[in-house]
Amino acid sequence: MTMSPQLSSDPSDFYSQSFSKGARENTLILNMGPQHPSTHGVLRVIVELDGEYIVRAEPVLGYIHRMHEFMGQKKTYTQYLPNMGRVDYLHATAWNWAYVGAVEQLAGIEVPERAEYIRVLTCEINRICSHLVWWGAYLLDLGAFTPILYAFEDREFLLDILQRVTGSRLTYCYFRFGGVYADVDDKFIDDTRTFIQRFRKRLKMYEALVTKNFILRKRCEDIGVLSVQTARKYGCTGPVIRGSGVPYDVRRAVPYSVYPELDFEIPTFSEGDAMARYMVRLKEMEQSLRIMEQVMDRMPDGDIQGKTPKTLKPPKGETYFAVEGARGKIGVHLVSDGSATPYRVKLRAPGYSNLSCFAELSKGTLIADAVSILGSLDLVIPEIDR
Amino acid sequence: MINPEYYPLVRMVIFLVAMMAFVGLNALVLVYAERKIAGHVQRRPGPFHVGWHGLLQPLADAGKLMAKQLLTPWSSDKLLFWAAPLLSFLPVILLFLPIPFGETLYGLNVNLGVVLILAFSGLNVLALCLAGWASNNKYGLLGAARAVAQSVAYEIPLLISVLTVALMSGSLDLHAITVQQGAWPWQWYGVLNPLAFFIYFISILGETNRAPFDLPEGESELTAGFHTEYSGMGFGMFFLSEYANMVVVCCVASILFLGGYQGPIESGWWWFLLKVYALLFIIIWMRWTFPRVRFDQLLNINWRWLTPLALLNLVGTVIVLRLAG
Amino acid sequence: MTSIKNALAGLWSLVVGMGITGKYFTAPLVTVFYPRQEAENIETYRGHVELVGKEDEAGVPLCIACGQCARQCPSQCITVSAKVAPADPAESKDGKPAKPKRLKTPGVFQLDYNLCSLCGQCVQVCPVDSLRYSNNVYFAVFTRQETNIDLLERLERQAKEGK
Ligand code: SF4
Ligand code: SF4
Repeated sequence: MTMSPQLSSDPSDFYSQSFSKGARENTLILNMGPQHPSTHGVLRVIVELDGEYIVRAEPVLGYIHRMHEFMGQKKTYTQYLPNMGRVDYLHATAWNWAYVGAVEQLAGIEVPERAEYIRVLTCEINRICSHLVWWGAYLLDLGAFTPILYAFEDREFLLDILQRVTGSRLTYCYFRFGGVYADVDDKFIDDTRTFIQRFRKRLKMYEALVTKNFILRKRCEDIGVLSVQTARKYGCTGPVIRGSGVPYDVRRAVPYSVYPELDFEIPTFSEGDAMARYMVRLKEMEQSLRIMEQVMDRMPDGDIQGKTPKTLKPPKGETYFAVEGARGKIGVHLVSDGSATPYRVKLRAPGYSNLSCFAELSKGTLIADAVSILGSLDLVIPEIDR
Repeated sequence: MINPEYYPLVRMVIFLVAMMAFVGLNALVLVYAERKIAGHVQRRPGPFHVGWHGLLQPLADAGKLMAKQLLTPWSSDKLLFWAAPLLSFLPVILLFLPIPFGETLYGLNVNLGVVLILAFSGLNVLALCLAGWASNNKYGLLGAARAVAQSVAYEIPLLISVLTVALMSGSLDLHAITVQQGAWPWQWYGVLNPLAFFIYFISILGETNRAPFDLPEGESELTAGFHTEYSGMGFGMFFLSEYANMVVVCCVASILFLGGYQGPIESGWWWFLLKVYALLFIIIWMRWTFPRVRFDQLLNINWRWLTPLALLNLVGTVIVLRLAG
Repeated sequence: MTSIKNALAGLWSLVVGMGITGKYFTAPLVTVFYPRQEAENIETYRGHVELVGKEDEAGVPLCIACGQCARQCPSQCITVSAKVAPADPAESKDGKPAKPKRLKTPGVFQLDYNLCSLCGQCVQVCPVDSLRYSNNVYFAVFTRQETNIDLLERLERQAKEGK
């Protein structure tokens, strides 16, 4: 018996078939992913190549679809909480916040001030974690192996800090309706302050090692230039649109929690290339440090948990609540029919919109550039597929 | 008794066998060094559990590679597919023949040693090309195409900078070139003509596909490039020949530019190895520091900078030599 | 001219990079050598939940077997049922056998750790604070079935070991 599998003449699946219909002569159709080192998880991109130049590209989604939205309709409001940490595992607290905020808005739950400050603090710490992972992984895409381990070294401190209050290290389920799960203690504050000191120095090192690096600049500058119109068209948010010069940040545009009282800038760069997006994220980390310092200085004493009804049954109606995550605008649209389970939960994942512009950005670039562009969009695939 | 005419032949055979062992051993040492250096640069211990400080780790790796099943993709060209790794590995041993490790420690005394090495090292790219083509894999093919373009391009500045040294010494015999440089650093061609050394060094990174020029196997773009489809020792052979090639080019570098086996106080093979490993250390160190360049940039660096620079350097050297008489 | 200057500046940036990695090459390691060392902050980590014993009787949980934790758990990984006392024949009325009596203490308390998401809702909902997180973080098993932890037995064992 011969082992050679007798495949049909065209072993490709539906996506490749429909994609290859539009192919030009003498081009190569290449599947990048779902298992590919630079698609970070299970994203699949079909590209049509002319030599090493990309003629067309098309992302194919759905390889890690987990029906988070449908789960929301099957569980009670509280039971759905742990799902939030799993949508985007890198910035779990922001997703926590988006959902908790939506429920609070719908049910009219008050949040004590201390809890708000703690929320801001943990959310910013988590944002730095997320940016650090992105930073390391992006450089890994560009072929530099070492920065990711430096980033993880710093991230380790933050995870230790967050572990003190949340008890876990990645998929946090820390926010509760009307408050947070546990109070921060002195060690938490001290550790955070030490970290801020340390991290300011490390950021300088990052800059010398990577940002100023000649090869890196050549790999990022003028690559994947995203115009404001395109960004708007696809609904890009977060560092992606700020890299195109639009200072849109939910923390300022639709202020929530105590952000209006805090003094921080929204870094924007007008070049619109991969380097601009890179710089936005690095500068954002500095701003997050500033926010953390202010929050720790001003944190009032008091309760961390507001009054919540024993069984939560928000009144009929719908609401939308958005927060600024590390990747952009995270939104939760909640519809209640007055029962203990939501009627509909719609999650707006920033990565989905950001990825959509990839097809347009990668046209006419080299494969290596496409990898650089894909990395600069900062994609978390589980979040895109939900 | 053996006819004295056959002495060079006997010497060659013994040397070839010794070189096989040397190449194998070197690969083990380099794998260990690479992983340890990577580890310490990244502030982690690297291999640590197999043997004292992970010393036996490369052996374990080698054992694993050998024990693995050799898979042949069903749509590949089977003959070429398996010829490629052999073709990549075997010429490498030959490359060591004319290299003088010490005063009397060499395999073959030819007066065209440099030419021999450069000629045979060109075979490697053929192997990479075959590997990519025969595996019938799109990533492999792209990797192979990259490998060819890159090797051909970087051969030029490499040759020119070697030529510069040949002009300075007036010989193509590695032994003669070594002897002409003195024991002290200021007598070395690398110090007398740093630009040639610099160009040579950059070019060998391109020739041996080392980071930041490791495009044929750039894993974030092409998963593994030309050796995507190889498993077990098929991959092992490429791996071995890559490291052996690195050693060869560093040997040549230390002969041409760093005075070979000559050194202060007591000349000998230890100086030679020391210089070779110092160069290897720098190459490894670079790999763990820099991002990868893009393919068009890689070629631009070569055609726009290295080749003209090498030519200018060659002309400059000729003029200086003339003036100096 | 400017391109030459740029190239030189670029080369210098590469040298700076090498300097940084070189410095870290000689710097001490930051890794925890895991099997021989343990991380220091284990006590703040949330392991799986465990039962809290009574103050006077460490082997018996505070739990009143109300089943709220099992209902609240998003993953349905807790199984609680009350201990049932055998029917007391003395209490039988009208010739009917007496109903077995449900006691206010659990007879079964199983946690399927495989499903647990460590969200903490069972801990928060318990009216008598009978649940808490354990420090059992290095928890590894060979089969899935072993993740099904009998919390009552665990509590008894802990009580015996004298904690
Ligand atoms: S921690 Fe959450 S998932 Fe785990 S048993 Fe308790 S309620 Fe269930
Ligand atoms: S552990 Fe607490 S919530 Fe669960 S059954 Fe016992 S008393 Fe009720």
